Amino acid sequence: MSVADVLIRGGRVIDPANGVDAVCDIWIEAGRIAGIGAFEGNANETIDATDRVVCPGLIDMHVHLREPGQEWKEDIESGSRAAVAGGVTTMCCMPNTGPHIDHAGVALQIIARAQQVGLCNVHPIGAVTKNLDGKELTEMRELARAGCVAFSDDGMPIWHAGVMRKALEYASSFGFMVIQHAEEKELTGGGAINEGWVSTRLGVAGMPVEGEDSMIARDIMLARRVDARYHVAHISSRGAVDLVRAAQAEGLKVTTEAAPHHFALTEEEVLGFNADAKMSPPLRTEADRLAVIEGLRDGTIDVIATDHAPHHEDDKRCGLSCAAFGIVGLETMLPVSLQLARDGVLSMPDLLAKMTCNPARLLGLDSGTLSLGAAADIAIFDPDATWTVDRDALVSKGKNTPWHGKELTGQVTHTLKSGRIVYAEGAVRG
Amino acid sequence: MQPLRHLFGIDGLEVDQVEYLLNLGESFIDINQRPLKKAPTLRGKTIINLFFENSTRTRTSFELAGKRLSADVINISASTSATKKGESLLDTGQTLAAMQPHVLVVRHGVSGACEFLADYLGDTSIVNAGDGAHEHPTQILTDLLTLRCAGGYIGKTITIVGDIAHSRVARSHLLAAKLMGYTVRLVAPKTLLPAEVERYGCEVFHEFDDAIPGSDVLYMLRVQTERLTDNCCFPSIREYHEAYGLNRKRLNAAVEGCLVMHPGPMNRGVEIATDVADSVRALILDQVEHGVAIRMAVLTALCGAQQHLGRPGRSKQMVIEAMRGQGSLL
Repeated sequence: MSVADVLIRGGRVIDPANGVDAVCDIWIEAGRIAGIGAFEGNANETIDATDRVVCPGLIDMHVHLREPGQEWKEDIESGSRAAVAGGVTTMCCMPNTGPHIDHAGVALQIIARAQQVGLCNVHPIGAVTKNLDGKELTEMRELARAGCVAFSDDGMPIWHAGVMRKALEYASSFGFMVIQHAEEKELTGGGAINEGWVSTRLGVAGMPVEGEDSMIARDIMLARRVDARYHVAHISSRGAVDLVRAAQAEGLKVTTEAAPHHFALTEEEVLGFNADAKMSPPLRTEADRLAVIEGLRDGTIDVIATDHAPHHEDDKRCGLSCAAFGIVGLETMLPVSLQLARDGVLSMPDLLAKMTCNPARLLGLDSGTLSLGAAADIAIFDPDATWTVDRDALVSKGKNTPWHGKELTGQVTHTLKSGRIVYAEGAVRG
Repeated sequence: MQPLRHLFGIDGLEVDQVEYLLNLGESFIDINQRPLKKAPTLRGKTIINLFFENSTRTRTSFELAGKRLSADVINISASTSATKKGESLLDTGQTLAAMQPHVLVVRHGVSGACEFLADYLGDTSIVNAGDGAHEHPTQILTDLLTLRCAGGYIGKTITIVGDIAHSRVARSHLLAAKLMGYTVRLVAPKTLLPAEVERYGCEVFHEFDDAIPGSDVLYMLRVQTERLTDNCCFPSIREYHEAYGLNRKRLNAAVEGCLVMHPGPMNRGVEIATDVADSVRALILDQVEHGVAIRMAVLTALCGAQQHLGRPGRSKQMVIEAMRGQGSLL
């Protein structure tokens, strides 16, 4: 046998796409997976993965990279570095940049910049409407040719029912998926946190759960009529999970994703007016949290995605009601999600599928597997290592995390991108 | 008793702290009635009133409270301050704190503004003079002192009528009722009630007339007329007065000796009829008078605690834990 570029030895290799879950080695050559099994041979670099899990590099299909336009919050380079620190090697970035990803030039610019950085695959999500203003459709075919893998006005809901219908009709004509940030602003406008006992106690305007549920209900009806691929972003409520489950039972092409904060935290996190626990949709009740977990368990929710939304400190330090919506998530996605495996909600392979092959299948990506010949995008983590989140130690420019000061279990030790070690033992390389 | 480092709200106060403030406040009533209204208690102390919302009685009573106790008092209102130039709450607070006042009295439209500022302002004590729809603790202390002087509040039923959803006074009363041993009834249509409000342990009524029998105090909230109709909370002022206005007929239906309160400013003819507002049953001006005494007590307690503590007492995290721990309250 020739000399491996990298040999990963003795880890628990989990490749959900191929049903692999075994302790073995991975032989990497020319940036690709050249073999999975037991190898005796020379390697330029050997990683001892004993007692660690080796899996495909994670895919986060819902990320805000803020470039172009708001580079003081995050940029493609800092976002890529944060990604690989979290074991993520592929991300999809949302189009609410400045300018928006509503024409091909912006998509091409982002892809080119991400390739230049070279740490993480970045696939843009194109806007559904020009300027995200919910009126005129974008040139989706051209955006797709430029590399957009799905379409969304994320951050803004596509609130106008007529426009949503046309968007679903047009997108589905070409097999494109529409991702909805479901929020009926007539109901949620002015709100900062979930409407309920906590919002009442704090005297802060609430966002009722019906704001999310009613728009999903409407969209499912429209998707049924036009046989569209409809994907609910960051699902957060019990009612919404029930709606998606029923739509799937009907055979509709309706899918959804959950963010770690929605299955790990509840609205009580905002007590004390904690702006770092403010996002949209907001953290909800324990019943909602458990419903999201049940949706993950029974497969209604296919994907875990972070809605990584970095903000500058100034946008958060102005009181809960005025603070920007969103939290960072790339660096905490894996450990927070691993709790589901520890709790027995999902097996480790099924859990990892929601961050690897499932989003790859939805978006038509060739990443998210350890198949022979695939690009060697790999995450290695110690499932039992504990660490305390320190906002100032985050790689992302955004420090807005509700996990600051909390202990998490599960730590990424290595990330490989196309066979190159881009993150190892706490440091991003290159 | 735990010394009072800040006064953010009724939330986080202990019974003995409330009683201490009421006792102190009661002792100050006398000073306000003397011909020479001055005591040396707070000589050398600096108090800044920082008001981002309009206020007549709260601001004036804090100012008088400080001045009658010989403190140096400065008033800053949002319309004259740098906030018009876009300076943030945080910068304004830090700038004023850098001038080393002993107490910063803050009114702000954002709920949690005082807790937020306290994280950044070092040794300055902060008094919440009303934050958004969250809390208005000195109003509630004022009301309790007024009721104490009128025969007591323990075991009594206070019926609060009006826009509960946007009312910091109602929220603070709901917390104080639990703490101090009185009952609160709420009267409002569902459009003016916040979510899950019954979890405070209060009785909720939609018909005013149903709530009147058994009430010892009818507490009328100010109606913000523009808020009422703009947000579809109520069809008209006319119908509001018919449904929720306190008139002589309704007052006559109450138990004998039923008292009337209002945190002010009143809309005569809307939430309260003029003859009721001016009747002997109304404690509205007593509330104003006692407001000065209570604010004297609060300023005295905070300045006294600074001398004893010199460091933060009850941390924000402890308040959060207390909220979590209050079983039925959360």
